[in-house]
Amino acid sequence: MQCQIVLPKPLAGKKAISDSLKWRIAVIFEKTNSMITKVTHMCVYVLNQDSAYDFYVNKLGFKIHTDAPMGPDSRWLTVTPPEQPELEITLFPVKEGGMFDTETAHTMTELVKKGVFGAAVFTCQDLMATYEELKGKGVEFKKAPTKEFYGYEALFKDDSGNWFSLSQQRL
Amino acid sequence: MGSQKMEREQYPKLYLYRRIVQAKLFIDRHYAEPIDLAQIADEACFSRFHFSRLFKNSYGKTPHHYLTKVRMDNAQQLLAQGVPVYDACFRVGFDSTTSFAALFKKHFGVSPSVYQAGQLQKQTSIAANPLYAVPNCFAETFGWKKSNIR
Repeated sequence: MQCQIVLPKPLAGKKAISDSLKWRIAVIFEKTNSMITKVTHMCVYVLNQDSAYDFYVNKLGFKIHTDAPMGPDSRWLTVTPPEQPELEITLFPVKEGGMFDTETAHTMTELVKKGVFGAAVFTCQDLMATYEELKGKGVEFKKAPTKEFYGYEALFKDDSGNWFSLSQQRL
Repeated sequence: MGSQKMEREQYPKLYLYRRIVQAKLFIDRHYAEPIDLAQIADEACFSRFHFSRLFKNSYGKTPHHYLTKVRMDNAQQLLAQGVPVYDACFRVGFDSTTSFAALFKKHFGVSPSVYQAGQLQKQTSIAANPLYAVPNCFAETFGWKKSNIR
């Protein structure tokens, strides 16, 4: 199989460099340019995983990626947006134990309920159609669709209180 | 009131959206049945061509392609649950395993049986060691170890 060796710009076109050296430079260059490549997991703090499961799967239409019990009282629950199977959204329970002591768990619960956390920006093909559908399923919107510089945007809340932007890019 | 005004200004044909959304939800509910898309268009009071065009504008797919996608997504779920390929095919509304297998491979790049084997293998791995699915940073935070999560 023939491969094209891609060299950094200053070295491109230098005929005096042997092929083996070109390969070594190309590999080093590639490695140094491949730092962070993707987001694979993000966390959304939820107050109840069963209720979050229902909201994200049955209302938003997300897919379950992993739902595994972790001992008697814990559960690892991740979902993915319908057309982005490589991004796992971890539905992280806010409860005492693990990373939350009693006080922190209480504070976090209040903050999530209060709607302090904006968790992500989702996109869709047609905001108005998606808005109508989600509203019909009982999703609470903080803001109906509005025209913005880049397209359209609405804001909705999940069952815990986290808010999300739902956008449609202008074509 | 303000948002309704905004809706009217920006989406003067809101009633059209509502009919399109209803048609989409009908497909979501009845994908396993022999759905006649022409009939849906008639019930929504659209000509077939107009319906197809509006649906595609909203969802990026024709009604037929959307129906196929919904069937494929549900087939994926059934296969992951261990339902045999033959049963999964009929339970999502196909009447031919050959066309089902061909469409499945076109959508997901692997045959239904290969997909199922991969999913069952993943589930077996997670059942044997749930930490297989959890990035270590989270496992450490929660104090999850192989010895205390079984």
